[in-house]
Amino acid sequence: MKLIELIKILSLTVYSPNAVPDIEVTGGYTCDLLSDVMGSVNEGQIWITLQTHRNVAAIATLKDVAAVLLIKGLKPDQEMLDKALAEEIPILGTNENAFEISGKIYHLITQ
Amino acid sequence: MKEFLADLHIHTVLSPCGDFEMTPRNIVDAALGKGLNMIAITDHNSTRMCRIISEYAATKDLTVIAGAEVNTSEEVHCLALFGTWEQVEVFQFFLDEHLLDIQNKPSIFGDQVVVDSDENIQYTEKRSLITGLKVSIDEVESFVHHLDGLFIPAHIYRRQNGIIHQLGMLPKNLNYDALELTPGSYSDEYVRNNKPEVNHSLIFNSDAHFIDQIGKFSTRLMMESTEFSELKFALKNSEGRSVTGLQRN
Repeated sequence: MKLIELIKILSLTVYSPNAVPDIEVTGGYTCDLLSDVMGSVNEGQIWITLQTHRNVAAIATLKDVAAVLLIKGLKPDQEMLDKALAEEIPILGTNENAFEISGKIYHLITQ
Repeated sequence: MKEFLADLHIHTVLSPCGDFEMTPRNIVDAALGKGLNMIAITDHNSTRMCRIISEYAATKDLTVIAGAEVNTSEEVHCLALFGTWEQVEVFQFFLDEHLLDIQNKPSIFGDQVVVDSDENIQYTEKRSLITGLKVSIDEVESFVHHLDGLFIPAHIYRRQNGIIHQLGMLPKNLNYDALELTPGSYSDEYVRNNKPEVNHSLIFNSDAHFIDQIGKFSTRLMMESTEFSELKFALKNSEGRSVTGLQRN
């Protein structure tokens, strides 16, 4: 599923950038331990987390994820946002919790 | 100039996970027994035991530094150490303001009590001290340095609450006064091979929760005295002061 479709269907907030890249979301990974994410998330996946530290953007870039999705209404720290903008990593948001949004995304991607 | 032995990460009975035996008298006696010249009292998210232990040690040959082991919103444990009681007081306000309003359950997590040198309970902390504060690691670092304190990420390689485990890598934007290692499966080779690229002092502390753990890991410091300002120089390797060795007992 295209990232732009996912954003529309789930009414996700887009923190960056304004123009969402035309990319495919191939899967997802839900985790808040950044060391684990570094070893486990794959290119093209959407990373679902509550961490808003600047290292999130660094790891998202390193692993070439499709987007970072912040849960529970959390907003990215300014440094995270700046880094994500520079590296063109989409940062998204939702008010739902990790369980709910992961379930919905799993269903949309695998249906 | 002289070499001093320091263990800058010790919990007390106030930490829910700190043993009931971790009272002012027992801690000071154990530290002296282990040949330590300097200790820091670092309970989880609280400085409330520091003054009692410092006062108890005042007539003894042991310097007690006041501080806390802060748990940030990213659930990273960091030591914050201070040189004056004014700084400690302001930092305690900061901790009280940002501690989550979650009640401690002593039956599950342990008691959180301040005891005096006669082992009488002076105060009971009702809110859970082990949770992450509402402030980020960046804000904690900045506030500690605003107060002229020392900011030292604790047990950096530990899987529970170590900075590298929680954040994947050492954030480059923060100002670290040192990085701490605590007992675990570290060989000298491991320490050498995993020294972070950035040039920070590496220190050993015990992270003692039980009396017999005090001084198990400690750091040798070359300084003029055990004054806080001397410790600052030693961690920075400046003014001829330095970290001269890491000790495992």
